[in-house]
Amino acid sequence: MLDDYFRQYALIAIFILGAAMIPVGMLMLSWLASFVRIRPNKPNLVKYDLYECGVQPIGPSHWTQFNFRYYMYALLFVVFDVETVFLYPWAIQYNVLGLLALLEMFVFVLILGIGLVYAWRKRALEWE
Amino acid sequence: MAFLEGHALFRNLYCLLAGNLDNTVACSGRGGLLPVGWEWLAFAITAFAITMVLLNVFLVVTMFYTYMERRLLGRFQGRLGPNRAGPFGLLQPVADAIKLLTKESIVPRGTDLLLHNLPPVIMVATVFVTLAILPFGEDTFVANLNVGVLFFLAITSVNALAIFMAGLSSGNRYAVFSGMRAVAQLISYEVPMVLSVVGVILLAGSLSLVEIVEAQRIPFFLLQPLGLFIFVVAISAEMNRTPFDQLEAESEIVAGFHTEYTGMKFGLFYLAEYAAVLTSAAVIVTLFLDGWNGPWLPSPLWFLIKVFFLAFLFIWVRATLPRLRIDQTMAFAWKFLLPLSLLNIFVTATLVLLLGEETATGVALSTGGLWAMAGINSVVALASVLLFARMVHLRTPVHPIPSMQPSPSEVA
Repeated sequence: MLDDYFRQYALIAIFILGAAMIPVGMLMLSWLASFVRIRPNKPNLVKYDLYECGVQPIGPSHWTQFNFRYYMYALLFVVFDVETVFLYPWAIQYNVLGLLALLEMFVFVLILGIGLVYAWRKRALEWE
Repeated sequence: MAFLEGHALFRNLYCLLAGNLDNTVACSGRGGLLPVGWEWLAFAITAFAITMVLLNVFLVVTMFYTYMERRLLGRFQGRLGPNRAGPFGLLQPVADAIKLLTKESIVPRGTDLLLHNLPPVIMVATVFVTLAILPFGEDTFVANLNVGVLFFLAITSVNALAIFMAGLSSGNRYAVFSGMRAVAQLISYEVPMVLSVVGVILLAGSLSLVEIVEAQRIPFFLLQPLGLFIFVVAISAEMNRTPFDQLEAESEIVAGFHTEYTGMKFGLFYLAEYAAVLTSAAVIVTLFLDGWNGPWLPSPLWFLIKVFFLAFLFIWVRATLPRLRIDQTMAFAWKFLLPLSLLNIFVTATLVLLLGEETATGVALSTGGLWAMAGINSVVALASVLLFARMVHLRTPVHPIPSMQPSPSEVA
């Protein structure tokens, strides 16, 4: 039984290896094509500029300013993603646990729901 | 059981290599090519063969799907679509692949090469890995993972990371914006997606996709109409299909995160996008549409028919709906889908208790109870969607964005 359990994970591991090999193989094939002159390679100073509607980019661009709203969404996401960690085992064992589990989970989600309503009223969900 | 034990091709390969009397695979008594004690190598080689056969078949199906999508989009827009390469344009995907393989690779100055080259590989690989846990037909699956649903959700969320890496690598401003939007949108839609599956798990009592298909005495889309709606919307946002393709909005941020990608790397992004449609459709079929079950036809054929039916629906949606603004996209996830998915969980859980009967192993639903639940849940789904849309005013923006055009009074 335990042997079969690990066998499934071994299959997944081999599958991940195979799944990564196909795109890598495609990139390698494309790279090898440049040696037999099927794929052109004509470097040019302008060609290697960043694309910005025909204008030279000004200043460092790897980290531009970004909207503060993204941070609020990330914060909310963490709260509700942790909630699902509790919901999944609850859902699997639900038909054994019965009414008490339903009430407990209702209280738990209600507390988080109040948090969502608070964020909503504070206009954290608006994009302004 | 699975591919390895059930299919003669792979069983024979395993027996040729190992050939011993391993309990899981029934070989004839003769010894194989490998010495005793090396069965793990035979197992690994056979598993690799299964992987490669499955993935290459899937690649061909994806190529056909890209052709289908382009032809159908053409029809939806009143034009012909690709029809030059080969009969009916069937060789168009092959021509595209050859073109992308032989394109010059242009990488801008100052690009982080590792961050630049990894994302296409990660995106394609994560889409492919989903196939490892899907049951394609009766007793036809690679691995029966006992946490299959969680594995799928975890694998799809890696996409956000890959897109963010792609956006940051080149330093193109449009790509950076797209990366930011990608993370915001993908994590926002992940919450309702994860919550909408809870109803299915409640009814099936298992996380394994194989067991979820077996648990569907009547298809779960009847029992979980609201869950299906939320899951389909959220998953089409997760794979950046058109109503939600904020990350590659060409009218705002050029091509988004793949602005600076050329040649095969660009091709891999598109391969991942189209392949994701098929794997997402396959997951929806498995969770909600009764998987491979169906009368008369062989089970893998039923699976394929259902997957392509859903893929057609995705193409239809893409051809019909315009792109949402970023504020509408985010508001839809947090104000509409999230409360509805919470409602769905509690309605389903309450109904299981009300309609179920006490048995030795816990509460179980009879077939009559399931049909009663299907009726109540469809009414709840319809009513809650309509009422909630009215309540949160999603039809008209609450705070209208000031327009650049002069108001009628100014004109007059």
